[in-house]
Amino acid sequence: MTPASAFLLGVRALLPMLLGVAPFGVIYGVVALQSGIPPLAAFLMSSLVFAGSAQFLLAQLVGAGAPALLMVGAVGLINLRHALYSASVAPVLAQLPRRWKLLLAYLLTDEAYAAAIPHLLAEPRSPQAHWILFGAGFALWFGWQLSTLVGVLVGARLPADLGLDFALPLTFIAIVVPLIDSRARLVAALVAGAVAVVLVALPYKTGLFAAALAGLAAGAFMQGRKPA
Amino acid sequence: MSQSSLLLLWLACGLLTFAIRYSFIALEGHYRPPDWFIRWLPFVPIAALTAITAPELALVAGQFDLGFGNPRFWAGLAAIAVAAIWKNTLLTIASGFAALWLLNWIL
Repeated sequence: MTPASAFLLGVRALLPMLLGVAPFGVIYGVVALQSGIPPLAAFLMSSLVFAGSAQFLLAQLVGAGAPALLMVGAVGLINLRHALYSASVAPVLAQLPRRWKLLLAYLLTDEAYAAAIPHLLAEPRSPQAHWILFGAGFALWFGWQLSTLVGVLVGARLPADLGLDFALPLTFIAIVVPLIDSRARLVAALVAGAVAVVLVALPYKTGLFAAALAGLAAGAFMQGRKPA
Repeated sequence: MSQSSLLLLWLACGLLTFAIRYSFIALEGHYRPPDWFIRWLPFVPIAALTAITAPELALVAGQFDLGFGNPRFWAGLAAIAVAAIWKNTLLTIASGFAALWLLNWIL
């Protein structure tokens, strides 16, 4: 595999995700403007933070006038799951120069990880595997910048009844459901979902974090009970 | 907030997000996380993404509603079924939108 073909493999693996990501990016642009964020700052958040659901939350918190420290903390909590992706791809990237590690860490999103990981874990490992992750990461980055720009520029003129904000839950369903291949993983999802619904009224979405922890604990407990 | 203080806020959030994504990539070869951590890792995206998604499906304007007044719940179920059977991203998202628009049109 050449670097170019590995890059294109990553781009192709990511492309289906853009069907969910593009409407979500447009909606983010609309929500950011509605929260009183100027268009340029709304667009620049997409490259400076570059994390879909966290950007959505951050825009809403700015609109609600939340304290800055709390906003940074909320973004950190919601993005903590990326530590998993970091740990998961770390062995694949171990021999690369630092500039590659910095670049691929910046591009490490839910979608890029989900699209690239089956190729990254394939044996024997391709010496060009990092180009696959770069292709997936770049395709998502480009699509995200473009769609948030569209949202900032024309989003307010889109009909609201299309329900485009449904794209985020749909994208996450497309990522999560195929991951559920054991009873422990199913329990983790059900507990996290149920707790998130029960605690939804907690301020600044802190219920999300409690729900994720509860799901994590339930899944790990179920896995621990399973005979080896 | 002024534009410049917003950009500083974005920068802080971006650096933190980057630090999380870079963490284990940077530590590789210098530090090995404990086994329990490795075993728990696969549950993280499942729990976190489901926690974000479930309230979007189960609530309408902040109220719990799994009835026919909540087409997103049923469209979400349809998408979950499609994802479970075909494990295809494009098909899952497209069928979820199709179900939502169909239900909005019927109900």
